[in-house]
Amino acid sequence: MTTDKAKEKVKALILPLAVLLAFEAWARATHLQSDSLAPPSEIIMALAGAFADFSILAATRDTLFSAFAGLAIGAVIGLALGIAFGISDTLNRLMEVTVEAIRPIPSIALLPIALIALGFGYRMEIVIVAFACVWPILILSRAAVRSIEPRLMEVSRALRLPAAQRVWKIIIPAALPRIFVAFRLSAGIALIVAVTVEIAINPLGLGAGIMLAQQALRPDLMLAYLVWIGAIGYALNILLVVAQHRLFGRAALSGDSA
Amino acid sequence: MNRNATVWLWRAASFAVAASFIALWQLVANLKLVSAVFLPSPDRAWASLVRGFSNGDLWSKLAGTLEHMAYGWLAASIAGIAIGAIIGSSRIMRTYVAPSLEFLRPLPVSAIIPVAIAMLGLTQAMALFVIAFGAIWPIMLATIHGFAAVEPRLYEVARSLQMSRLAVIFKVALPSASPDILAGMRLSLTVALILSVVCEILAGLDGLGHWVLLSARAFRSADLFAGVILLGVTGYVTSVAMSMAEHRLLAWQASQR
Repeated sequence: MTTDKAKEKVKALILPLAVLLAFEAWARATHLQSDSLAPPSEIIMALAGAFADFSILAATRDTLFSAFAGLAIGAVIGLALGIAFGISDTLNRLMEVTVEAIRPIPSIALLPIALIALGFGYRMEIVIVAFACVWPILILSRAAVRSIEPRLMEVSRALRLPAAQRVWKIIIPAALPRIFVAFRLSAGIALIVAVTVEIAINPLGLGAGIMLAQQALRPDLMLAYLVWIGAIGYALNILLVVAQHRLFGRAALSGDSA
Repeated sequence: MNRNATVWLWRAASFAVAASFIALWQLVANLKLVSAVFLPSPDRAWASLVRGFSNGDLWSKLAGTLEHMAYGWLAASIAGIAIGAIIGSSRIMRTYVAPSLEFLRPLPVSAIIPVAIAMLGLTQAMALFVIAFGAIWPIMLATIHGFAAVEPRLYEVARSLQMSRLAVIFKVALPSASPDILAGMRLSLTVALILSVVCEILAGLDGLGHWVLLSARAFRSADLFAGVILLGVTGYVTSVAMSMAEHRLLAWQASQR
């Protein structure tokens, strides 16, 4: 079993390694001079250089701070609305048109509004990330609350739990596995939106770093940033998938989590 | 009361709630609780929308954005389904190529923009490349997944009928994977709209993204909100159109099950 899996992993690595080696060889053979491409060895050197002077680490901190702050705000708002809409069908139906009217606005379209209201910096980025994160969390947590075993709700009614305790002791624990899935999806969205805002306009973080490297005609540094942004996206994804498995096991996958 | 009437009543109530939110917005703006520079009143935003459409400005911006979105998305759909079909229908490709693609998937696609600018400059071609590159992933991965999840017995039947590989792809795998592919295409539509706006902002290409940025720079907040509203409508209408197309195209499946 394990050797089979190891073999699969080795096979998966062949293509990327071959591409990198071929590219390196081609770049050396042609003495590549380009504003947009650099051989892998130079990219690695540029990445090491950016680590050595901490510039990439500072940029990473800025981006992750904005992404996580926006995610936290968006998650709280989305969760509160999602639970409220999940519990009360009346509220859900009354708000339907409002939600469906705001939700399709592409998050990045809010960028100019946030720009004139808040100026450049963390705040406008956090607001846009939060807006983008509210919707998936709202929709998935609403679905999660609705799919809670009805008998649990009956028990809470029989016990005459006050509303706050019903939410805290019954609804959130029962819906938590699926809420975490929503959170995991939103974390990916948060990172994407943060980087996009930085690339589009905000002079901050990894997105600004990669734009600056492009404008300075440093393809090696630009691609180093690209590799690093990809690595962060990948690591964040793996981290949250592992956390989900550890915390909830298979419960997150099925609707009827007991 | 019959069910249809109840549904309509709820919908009317829901519209009334939305209308009261707009009225609240009007009230906030009228009382100048928020500076009009940031928050124009809804009637001003509406007037700007009407003015923009009557003098043709907004039509051309809307057309520009839709054009970027449509070309990028169509290119991504064709390439994504083709590449996905090639990878998905071959075991060798699935073991050697698919993991690399899965590895690239969490990459925030907008990070490719600087690279595209370095290669192609601030041009339409750059925008199309970025939009297509961003929109291809959901479609391609959904196609690979759909091909891999085809009922094995269908393949056995195809083999016993001695169908050619192309015939298997077009007659067995593609129809069977179509729900996955269409779901991927729907996801890509949103990605395409967002990347169109970003590219228009960065490269100053004619479109709503450029329009909202210019309006913000000139502090013409009514025009800015008109642009944002129009972008929201674009997102809504395209996704509704996609749902309807999905419904149509998959009608044969619903009747089979």
